[in-house]
Amino acid sequence: MQVNEYKPLIVAFCCNWCSYAGADLAGNNRLNYPAEVKIIRVPCSCRVNPMFILRAFQRGADGVILCGCHPGDCHYTSGNYFTRRRMALLFSMLDFLGIERERTRVEWVSAAEGAKFAATMNDFVEKVVALGENKRLEDLRCKK
Amino acid sequence: MQRIGVFVCHCGTNIAGTIDVKAVAEALKNEPGVVFSTDYQYMCSQAGQDIIKDAIAEHKLTGIVVCSCSPRMHEATFRKTAAAAGLNSYMVEIANIREQCSWVHKEIPIGTEKAIILGKAAVAKVNLNTPLTPGESPVTKRALVIGGGIAGIQTALDIADAGFPVDIVETKPTIGGKMAQLDKTFPTLDCAACILTPKMVEVAQHENIRIFSYSEVSEIKGFVGNFDVTIKRRARYVKEDICTGCGACTEKCPQKKVPNEFNLGMDTRRAIYIPFAQAVPKVATIDADYCTMLKTGKCGVCSKVCTAGAIDYQAKDEFIEEKYGAIVAATGFNPISMDKFDEFAYSQSKDVITSLEFERLTNAAGPTAGKLLRPSDGEHPHTIVFVQCVGSRCDACAEKGKEYCSKICCMYTAKHAMLTRDKYPDTDVYVFYIDVRTPGKNFDEFYRRAVEEYGVHYIKGMVGKVSPEGNKLKVQASDLIAGKQLHIDADLVVLAAAIEPDKSARPLATMLTASMDTNDFFTEAHPKLRPVESPTAGVFLSGTCQGPKDIPETVSQAGAAASKVIGLLAKDKLTGNPCVAHSDENMCNGCSTCEKVCPYGAITYQDKEFRMPDRTTKIRRIAVVNEAVCQGCGCCTVACMSGAMDLKGFMNKQIMAEVDAICK
Amino acid sequence: MQEIKREVLVAKASELLGNGTVDRVIGWKNGEFDYDVTPAVFTSAEELEKEFVWNDFCGANFSKYLIKETGKSEGKVMVFLKPCDTYSFNQLLTEHRFDREKVYVVGVPCNGMLDDSKVRACSEGIASVSEENGKVAVETLYDGKLTFERNDMLAERCINCKSKKHTAYDELLGEDGEVLDSARFDEVEKLEKMTPDERFAFWQNELSRCIRCNACRNICPACSCEKCVFDNPDSGVENKAVADSFEEKMFHIIRAFHVAGRCTDCGECSRVCPQNIPLHLLNRKFIKDINEFYGEYQAGAEAGSRAPIVDYTTEDIEPSEAVERGGDNA
Repeated sequence: MQVNEYKPLIVAFCCNWCSYAGADLAGNNRLNYPAEVKIIRVPCSCRVNPMFILRAFQRGADGVILCGCHPGDCHYTSGNYFTRRRMALLFSMLDFLGIERERTRVEWVSAAEGAKFAATMNDFVEKVVALGENKRLEDLRCKK
Repeated sequence: MQRIGVFVCHCGTNIAGTIDVKAVAEALKNEPGVVFSTDYQYMCSQAGQDIIKDAIAEHKLTGIVVCSCSPRMHEATFRKTAAAAGLNSYMVEIANIREQCSWVHKEIPIGTEKAIILGKAAVAKVNLNTPLTPGESPVTKRALVIGGGIAGIQTALDIADAGFPVDIVETKPTIGGKMAQLDKTFPTLDCAACILTPKMVEVAQHENIRIFSYSEVSEIKGFVGNFDVTIKRRARYVKEDICTGCGACTEKCPQKKVPNEFNLGMDTRRAIYIPFAQAVPKVATIDADYCTMLKTGKCGVCSKVCTAGAIDYQAKDEFIEEKYGAIVAATGFNPISMDKFDEFAYSQSKDVITSLEFERLTNAAGPTAGKLLRPSDGEHPHTIVFVQCVGSRCDACAEKGKEYCSKICCMYTAKHAMLTRDKYPDTDVYVFYIDVRTPGKNFDEFYRRAVEEYGVHYIKGMVGKVSPEGNKLKVQASDLIAGKQLHIDADLVVLAAAIEPDKSARPLATMLTASMDTNDFFTEAHPKLRPVESPTAGVFLSGTCQGPKDIPETVSQAGAAASKVIGLLAKDKLTGNPCVAHSDENMCNGCSTCEKVCPYGAITYQDKEFRMPDRTTKIRRIAVVNEAVCQGCGCCTVACMSGAMDLKGFMNKQIMAEVDAICK
Repeated sequence: MQEIKREVLVAKASELLGNGTVDRVIGWKNGEFDYDVTPAVFTSAEELEKEFVWNDFCGANFSKYLIKETGKSEGKVMVFLKPCDTYSFNQLLTEHRFDREKVYVVGVPCNGMLDDSKVRACSEGIASVSEENGKVAVETLYDGKLTFERNDMLAERCINCKSKKHTAYDELLGEDGEVLDSARFDEVEKLEKMTPDERFAFWQNELSRCIRCNACRNICPACSCEKCVFDNPDSGVENKAVADSFEEKMFHIIRAFHVAGRCTDCGECSRVCPQNIPLHLLNRKFIKDINEFYGEYQAGAEAGSRAPIVDYTTEDIEPSEAVERGGDNA
């Protein structure tokens, strides 16, 4: 793959039970995806506070992706349903403020979907690279 | 300030092949709080673990970061290592530099750079970690089974056999449930009573089992291992411990016109009754809605004929309170009402019956003593039409019926058809179906026997209309394979009504804070891997309350639920997961938002007195998390506006620190 | 001009104080100028007679005051609530923020309130503001008397009034109205139809004026936390000082998110903003999205209702679809 000069910074929040395991499976199967993706483990996608997402952008992230169990398969039965509503509203609001839609995403990745995890990350990074650096949601003050 | 040790694992070449582990160890040395950093070939090996233990002692470490494989792999290992060296297990964080780094990135500079960032994030988190201790709670070694059908019976027997006391609460005067009403059972055709009643007797005689029949659960408080349950024992006006079940009263009672619910109203019983001969407990019950003595104060016949003196017209409902460690829901099912299915003329003709009514008609203990006779005129029917999927597999938008497959109807209809042809070879039997579903041991063979050996006419297509005309039932139906309309003059039409969860399930679920699906079936903790547990800890599911099931499945699920209960009751103490939610009472508004998103009902509210700076006191409502019930999903933390609710082990500031470390 | 007269309100409040039903009354009194009417607590008929004000500048929503006021004594407190205030009242009840038993609600009808910033924008040196033949008459120091059409001076939230119906009261003065079919989402829709760049420019322009005075937060009946998350050191987002453009954005996005499903659209945030930032548009965007994604929901229409954000169905739309619909639903 041609490495561009511009390297995006991607934060991926993964739920412990499905998506984090899916990411591990991608590793077990040696499925490559860009190293710009950095994963933060949370117990459930519903643990992800909109503040974490905004903070990542504020500190210079170019894209934030949230991965959880498929609806109906949540380890905690209903966590991801709440995630879905919260993120639908939050992302719609970010769009309303003029933030590029492709910088945020929610994807359901099961523990068996290592290939989907890698493919999702490849696709997400590609989309974010196409947008270029995140200016709109960055707080310059916090960048050292 | 923490004193953090960093341990970078080579994992042979698994990590070291794509990551410069020495550079990672070196880079992390400069992170805040890090006082020691090293690398080793296999951190998880005994030698590797010794390096960690020694470093903890030598450098007085208060936290460690292991850069290695996934935490799903060895987090538990390294937590034990830390504990062995006297460090709290929850002061350990793993940076996943194998599955999520070295294995997915090929170039050393890129992998190394990412590994350093992941390490920094872990260090940033450990800097904010606090030692956590799992809470412990005692376990009351007694189980409650709600529902006394075959599911509840089997669960209770299995738990009791393991040596734990069990109480069964059953709303009806007797245990036995739906299975007691059945005639034969598929696919073996053994008689239901012959296999069920010995189990009922076993329950009655078991030293570890108490039966609360004619009773219901009225309140449930507490949590796994420690439920406080109030059971309402409805007044049956007969002293259970004195009644001998001789039945003299039920013969002499002058009120003879009470619809007999055990026979689905197809005959009558007395106001004082024993539902059926093998009832357990075998004691009489007075039906207060019909008893002349209770209604007008004039009669008292049963009291006069009772030589034991068991009748007590003054009886009142009683409430008993008991503690339980585990609760099993076994509330079972009912056929749905046929009110909305007018096209089948159920309400217009007595000869249109449901399959459960058919069971009673063919049962030797039923209203016709087992002879298959038409309810309207007592004649023997010569043409019988069975209609499958009545109310099952309906359109989601349809106003009537259920979306799901009731699962048992195909098989019992095959059984009914076969038994009819066996006993009455002169009877023509038609079965209208959408599909015939027979997955199960010996099920398809059974169905094929009905078709091939017994000559049952199976016709793919639905019945459109049944209209009573004279003493016949005109059945209009379509034959989808032949592509034509059929008109059959039937003597009897049997509807395979869909089954639905018992009405008591919904209020019970509310009391248990157990979740249900839109059809009011209890939801399991995991559809594949934890099928007999409710997501609510300490609550287990047995039988059709979880979904449609036949008897073999119900019994195996009942046994599985029992084994889970035994596993729980065998413990003296429950050790919790310390990564649970906690509310800071100084910031909590008591707004009840968190409670609404908690899947476990772990959050309650209390009024607490606060001292104000000006020495006055103020009472505020605050949230309190029951740590034994909380499973640590963290949903409440996001619902909480003020940030009062936080999740131990995954605190807001910890995750924020990880974000900051990655985005630096 | 308010239909119901000041005397009626004063008489009612005096009566309730006199017969011991309540021991305090939350009402309005004059500030330094005619247009800066301010909330006040009255404890006697004499005070009421002297200082109580009821005019076109009585926009303040008193619901939030009940949290603190009910905690101050064992006695009941009387409060005047306009129709839109009662929604906030119900929402606070839903969240158990005060004891209903300690409040006596007197519902007052409302003909819409004036926006003092609109009045001030077109008249300099205001000496007094009064009502003359259905028009707003402003006596100024420099230009003499100016008169304006009342409709031109109405607050935005009153132009788009969502309801003239009280959703809670113990007693009602005057006639109750109906829930209205307002055009309150028009402005949101207009923004949705813009390109992302235009939207960004719009919000950058608006939000960059924020001075982080926290007036929006302090007035908001939904922002009633014991301690705001932005003041909580454990939240990781504690910040009070003005820092940079995005700091404000984060504050306003999170604030709007925290009141999503709880905001009754009372419009107080925009009323008090000294920089005239249309903050209500953020709230309305959430309300509009909630209505479109999860079905109509009006916070505070009834006490005890469950907001869609703390609820779900298994068939909810995905966030990606939500963004598509939210943005392009022109």
